[in-house]
Amino acid sequence: MQASRKSIKPLPYILIFPTAVFVALFTAWPVLLSIYQSFFRQRMNIAKFREPTFVGWGNYVDLFTDPYFIEVIKNTLSYILGTVPFSIILGFLFALLVNRKVRGIGFFRLAFFHPMVLPMVSAATIWLFFFTPDYGLFNSTLRFLGYTGPENWTGNPNLALLSVVIVAIWKNSGYYMVFYLAGLQNLPSDVYEAAALDGANGWQTLWRITFPLLRRTTLFITIIAFIDSFRTVDHIFVLTSGGPSRSSTVLLFELWLERFEYQDIGASAAITVIFVVILLAFTVTNFITSDRREA
Amino acid sequence: MDSISIRKTLKKFGSWITNLLATLLALLWSVPVIWAIIASFRPANDPMSRGDVWFSNTLTFENYTRAWSLAPFGQYYINTIVVVLLILAVQLITIVLAGFAFANYEFFGKGWIFFFVLLQMMIPTSALLAPNFSTIRILGLFDTRLAIAIPYFGSAFGTFLMRQAFMSVPRDLVDAGVIDGCSWWQLILNVYLPPSIPSLIAFGLSSATWHWNEFLWPLIITISDKSRPLTAGLVRFTQLGEIGAQWSLLTAATLMVAAPLFIIFLIFQRRFIQSFVHSGLK
Repeated sequence: MQASRKSIKPLPYILIFPTAVFVALFTAWPVLLSIYQSFFRQRMNIAKFREPTFVGWGNYVDLFTDPYFIEVIKNTLSYILGTVPFSIILGFLFALLVNRKVRGIGFFRLAFFHPMVLPMVSAATIWLFFFTPDYGLFNSTLRFLGYTGPENWTGNPNLALLSVVIVAIWKNSGYYMVFYLAGLQNLPSDVYEAAALDGANGWQTLWRITFPLLRRTTLFITIIAFIDSFRTVDHIFVLTSGGPSRSSTVLLFELWLERFEYQDIGASAAITVIFVVILLAFTVTNFITSDRREA
Repeated sequence: MDSISIRKTLKKFGSWITNLLATLLALLWSVPVIWAIIASFRPANDPMSRGDVWFSNTLTFENYTRAWSLAPFGQYYINTIVVVLLILAVQLITIVLAGFAFANYEFFGKGWIFFFVLLQMMIPTSALLAPNFSTIRILGLFDTRLAIAIPYFGSAFGTFLMRQAFMSVPRDLVDAGVIDGCSWWQLILNVYLPPSIPSLIAFGLSSATWHWNEFLWPLIITISDKSRPLTAGLVRFTQLGEIGAQWSLLTAATLMVAAPLFIIFLIFQRRFIQSFVHSGLK
């Protein structure tokens, strides 16, 4: 048995082959193609630029000297800083609220989790109404609370990104709750008994014991939330179309614009490469730091 | 049990404050969907106005029938279902085979091949939509349901999940199977798969949810109603000139898109939530 498993046989390669082919074709190849194309100028909607010409780092230089693109990077950072911490904190709070033996707790779990199952475009369409000026529910509620500011959230350059962030938080917090819930239910009970004996109060137990014990869960959720915040722009299509004047355009939406609206192959390839580098850097950093913690 | 101690903590925290907070937040979180359901039954001739956005005097089903007649939602349904089932069917085969190979065999280059497959988990497919669009064009698949599905036929996540599940099958059981003369596919069917069904279901549910709801890739890879799925169809519908701000009609269409998955979710709520935990933590 042991011997047969060590020798080189074609079977394992054959079994992995289907998976490897699709990964090669739709993950590895597109990365390589993008790196190559990012060094060429090619624009499909301008006749003289239809054929690719080598421009070296030209596309990257163009992007990073373009104030618009800098704006997009800033928007992306704001979007991440707006969605990731808040939805994780809310997820944690929801988990604490739901992790109790109270009658009707299933209703609470359902209330917090159900946005996760909706398509983002459906969620965004519903929220489009909430953000409607005058009679939209979001504005009515804010007015009730004394808010007198601008009401056209999705059409206001200062509020458009925030409105997109709000929808993302509403949709994702319940998803992160589920991971915290699983983490909470796996916590060792003896630590809590010891803390109770030592006379620790609720806050102390929560911040000194529960939260540190859930560090790994938090790290895991942060990774998921970070990647989610990069790859979901569906709500931007419905709510703001990246506007007004690009104020709610984030990296992936910009990538879509460059490739499918402006037909700029070179620029979109460069953005793809930037995108991939950011994601890989993030994953590798996490991998290294979490490995060190294990040791 | 552990939850008792947590409960103690919360008791000191103030049980009724907790309840109040939970109720308020739960209501706040449910308002969008509850409003949408109520609004979808509001007659079109009773437009909403300030302070009057909930129930009308009469309830009607006509928004659903009108939405259905204004856009080919029937075709969109078929397209989404075909895509979701196609992806699931192929994935279940590819991930079981690859997961089995990684869990059961030692072979040259195993670590590197595994890392290569895992690349797909680090670089989400949506980041690669521009080059993948070119690939689909070269393959001649543009504007087909197969084009929506094909990038997901291999799943690093699923492979990883199945490998984990298969590795927790006791080695003695596998060895006994080998001694009994099981071939590799008998090993999978009789030894590895039975205890791994929960992982498979977990993966299936999260895959189906993800692909039912996916929007951006289908949007760019389809151009006609014969292949367009529900999500892309809905966004197209909301942009139709004659729709405007007819919220009751919009909510009806929105709910139609979400309904099948949502109803399945409500029925199998526990299973669903467990699956998301399971697929995330393993």
